[in-house]
Amino acid sequence: MGWSWWSATTSPYASWASNDLTSDSDLLARFRAGDVRALARAISLIERRDPAIREIEESLRDSGRAPGVAGFTGAPGTGKSTLVDAVVALLRKKEESVAVLATDPNSPFTGGAILGDRIRMQRHALDPKVFIRSMGARGHLGGLSLAAREAIRLLGAFGFDEVILETVGVGQSELEVATVADTTVVVLTPNLGDSVQMIKAGILEIADVFAVNKSDIEGHARVVTELRTMLNMGPKSDWKPPIIPTIATKQEGIEQVWEAVVAHRRHLESSGRAKELGEKRLRDETAEVAAELARRRARRALDEDPQLAERLLRDGTPYRTAEEILSRTDNELNDER
Amino acid sequence: MKVRARDANQVWQEEFEGAPARDDGIETSTISGVSLKPLYTREDLPRRDEEFPGQFPYTRGIHPSGYRGRLWTMRQFSGFATAEETNRRYKYLLANGQTGLSVAFDMPTLMGQDSDAPTSRGEVGHCGVAIDSLADMETLFAGIPLGDITTSMTINSPAAILLCMYIAVAEKQGVPADKLGGTLQNDILKEFIAQKEFIFPPAPSMRLVVDSIEYCAKEVPKWNTISISGYHIREAGSTAAQELAFTLADGMAYVDACLERGMHIDDFASRLSFFFDAHIDFFEEIAKFRAARRIWARWMRERYGAQQERSWKLRFHTQTAGVSLTAQQPELNIARTAIEALAAVLGGTQSLHTNAMDEVLALPTDKAARLALRTQQLIAYETGVANTLDPLGGSYFIESLTDEMERQAEAYFKRIDEIGGVIPAIESGFFQKEIADAAFRYQKELEEKSRLVVGVNEFINDEADESIEILRIDPLLESQQSERVREVRRKRDQAMCANALQSLRKAAAGTDNLMPHILEAVRAYATEGEIMQAMIEVFGTYTETAVV
Amino acid sequence: MPSTAVRPVRIVVAKVGLDGHDRGVKVVARALRDAGYEVIYTGLRQTPEMVVDAALQEDAQVIGLSIHSGAHMTLFPAVIAELKRREATDIILFGGGIIPDDDITALKKKGVEQIFTPGTPLQEIVDWLRKRLPESAV
Repeated sequence: MGWSWWSATTSPYASWASNDLTSDSDLLARFRAGDVRALARAISLIERRDPAIREIEESLRDSGRAPGVAGFTGAPGTGKSTLVDAVVALLRKKEESVAVLATDPNSPFTGGAILGDRIRMQRHALDPKVFIRSMGARGHLGGLSLAAREAIRLLGAFGFDEVILETVGVGQSELEVATVADTTVVVLTPNLGDSVQMIKAGILEIADVFAVNKSDIEGHARVVTELRTMLNMGPKSDWKPPIIPTIATKQEGIEQVWEAVVAHRRHLESSGRAKELGEKRLRDETAEVAAELARRRARRALDEDPQLAERLLRDGTPYRTAEEILSRTDNELNDER
Repeated sequence: MKVRARDANQVWQEEFEGAPARDDGIETSTISGVSLKPLYTREDLPRRDEEFPGQFPYTRGIHPSGYRGRLWTMRQFSGFATAEETNRRYKYLLANGQTGLSVAFDMPTLMGQDSDAPTSRGEVGHCGVAIDSLADMETLFAGIPLGDITTSMTINSPAAILLCMYIAVAEKQGVPADKLGGTLQNDILKEFIAQKEFIFPPAPSMRLVVDSIEYCAKEVPKWNTISISGYHIREAGSTAAQELAFTLADGMAYVDACLERGMHIDDFASRLSFFFDAHIDFFEEIAKFRAARRIWARWMRERYGAQQERSWKLRFHTQTAGVSLTAQQPELNIARTAIEALAAVLGGTQSLHTNAMDEVLALPTDKAARLALRTQQLIAYETGVANTLDPLGGSYFIESLTDEMERQAEAYFKRIDEIGGVIPAIESGFFQKEIADAAFRYQKELEEKSRLVVGVNEFINDEADESIEILRIDPLLESQQSERVREVRRKRDQAMCANALQSLRKAAAGTDNLMPHILEAVRAYATEGEIMQAMIEVFGTYTETAVV
Repeated sequence: MPSTAVRPVRIVVAKVGLDGHDRGVKVVARALRDAGYEVIYTGLRQTPEMVVDAALQEDAQVIGLSIHSGAHMTLFPAVIAELKRREATDIILFGGGIIPDDDITALKKKGVEQIFTPGTPLQEIVDWLRKRLPESAV
């Protein structure tokens, strides 16, 4: 039974008999052989919190290397997918392999989602050195950043040089996902009145590079000026985010954006920030996993222990009940599984 | 008097509320969701001066004589697989007294690619005629004197190329361009909004449209350069008000673009024409047509300052709603189409296409196409509805609904303005979202059976429908047409063709009007796909924002 | 709510062929989302190769195709051939569009599992998928 805390539902793959990927060792072998479908399946396991992934991750720990991770975030309509598409084209010209993780908020009520960011990158679909994967939030956003981090590790193990993490930067919680990247490019446009919103949402804190897209339309200069003022007013830091005008539809400014990403990466290395960030991420990730485990444990306890649930309803004391669940012994937990 | 009227109204209201209501759960709003009162009275009548046909703002029609002066044009759109076959059909139609031709192109032609392109597989000649180069256009119009007829061409992204092919065929016949008459759909904005047959990004697409309008104003003055279309917006699932608003907004965007080019409003406005859908919600459609004329007239006169009366008049073609047809019990489509056609006529259309009952399944058979035309003739000559101008004018309900359409359209104009105009609204997916929402809402209503479609979600026949004879396209046609375009590429003057394409590329990178350059390439037998490719190299292609 | 909402069946939904009539495909995509599926919409004018590649990268169990241009007898078989070539015939293929009955029969023989014609209630599509993938039910 083992890992059933991962998921309250049965794995849909349990009854998949029609292909070779049913066993973990096959999956691992095919992953190592460079089978794209094995990679895709492994990412699904991550998204689903399937226990099988833990072994795969551990046996792949020494494969490949950590890829460069650049995040692109912006409100819908800023042309961020077009920009990512152009960056992919540029990286392919430099003969680097690229994976894109296009993340999208989920429809919160039913668990369903429509993921549509792939559309703009479909011209790369047939390039074997490009891998595009859409990820939904599946009900909670913390889970998305966790899944993205794990997926990035797999993509590195698979051999991708660069990973681009595309996120919708509209709210605080979505910004969490953006922090998974080493370098975050915030995409703004002059015409959507989005700049103010983004700044409100704390975008300044996470931006390492600004791309002001659609710089051929009116209002462009104003956005650049506003940004510059904001940046000057902000706290002094040893990295000053460059502001790069782009016209993604015409491939203009793409080189400059990438140069800025690379420069920021170099800065992270030379300043020692890279190491710091790496360690911080491990700590964050562990905390997130712990939170995830606790959440699952609590849900299960409430689902399966009617007395506990009843007590909660009667007393209306979430704090006390939570503490009670978390303080249960391991034995009790094992029974729970 | 007044007091007594109010009393009667009050009595009615009480009696109405006291009477038992139908409880079948069927929506009482229009198909677009406009809520309706059970009764309209004099109090609903807008307070304004009496309106007359042929007078600003033309709510009641653009002609003072209406259908008493001239009936609408019965224009049936049709397409066949090959240029030869279509040519034979045209000659037959012309011999039988028709003076206007209408060309339907196949999907590869509409998408600017040649028949031998890999992505054309399975599509050559399917929904219309395949045209790859001037050679095909010569075949299409062989033996047809282009100076004596008018031709309507339903094409958008590559519209400029097809128009140049037409001009080039005329040249070979010795017919000067200023003698040519016809209509080009050429409405790229609704492609981005609804029909999705776009290729270039919006800005260069608009440039091509303005280039063709500007060129025709000088060289082909009798040509209707654009047919601004709500039809496809409606067919994509929009409401009546959205169709109205988005189409007129597109029209204004074209006007703005031409003005920006330095043209004068009265030099091109009268060459703009419109194309609407006639859907099944009878009164709403009539109100939509009436509101369209009024809004356009106001905007042209008041906002754009057009001086000439002909610039204020909105002329339109109508097609009955393909989307309202059903594969189930297809004979019912004859009844649907008749009602829709009647709405178009009562709404004052200038020309009309009635759909054939089997159009939902495939290209119409001869019999179905004939019945569709006969339906129009029946309306024109049997029903008597053409005897009186705007016969519903003054109806409490119609006048009130016309105002409601206008109000909703104006609200949309405001929103589009706030987004920054039509193109930013396209790029941010505004129209697409509005339409997808409306389509989804309607589908939900069908599922819940709060709206019924006869034969589809209610009144279903138990026995299977008789299978309708379907016109099939011989798969051999694709290989033959592919061979033909390869032969054209082999036989032409290669240097001349390469030079023409090079000069087109250069012009595209600059600001020249592209029409003369496209015409040169067409004359040199560059194929449609090659000409598009030359422009794609400069303009790039467009991928839409995913709005689901 | 999220604990009961996880049903991670992924469906690649695409339009093949050159026509741009996407009303139907969008309505279906929304209905599938509302039924709890994760829909990856890849947009208009996808080639069979692009569709299959997307399904592999996205680890989709199902591909849903919409076509209205009349090229279904060319494009559906091409998608099936590509699935075979990529050793992915376990992916369920269904379609929708204006497709005559005779062609539906022929396409089903070739391996398209189900074809929905205009007027099909959305619930019928969802019910079919639920039945076809019972293990994915919550």
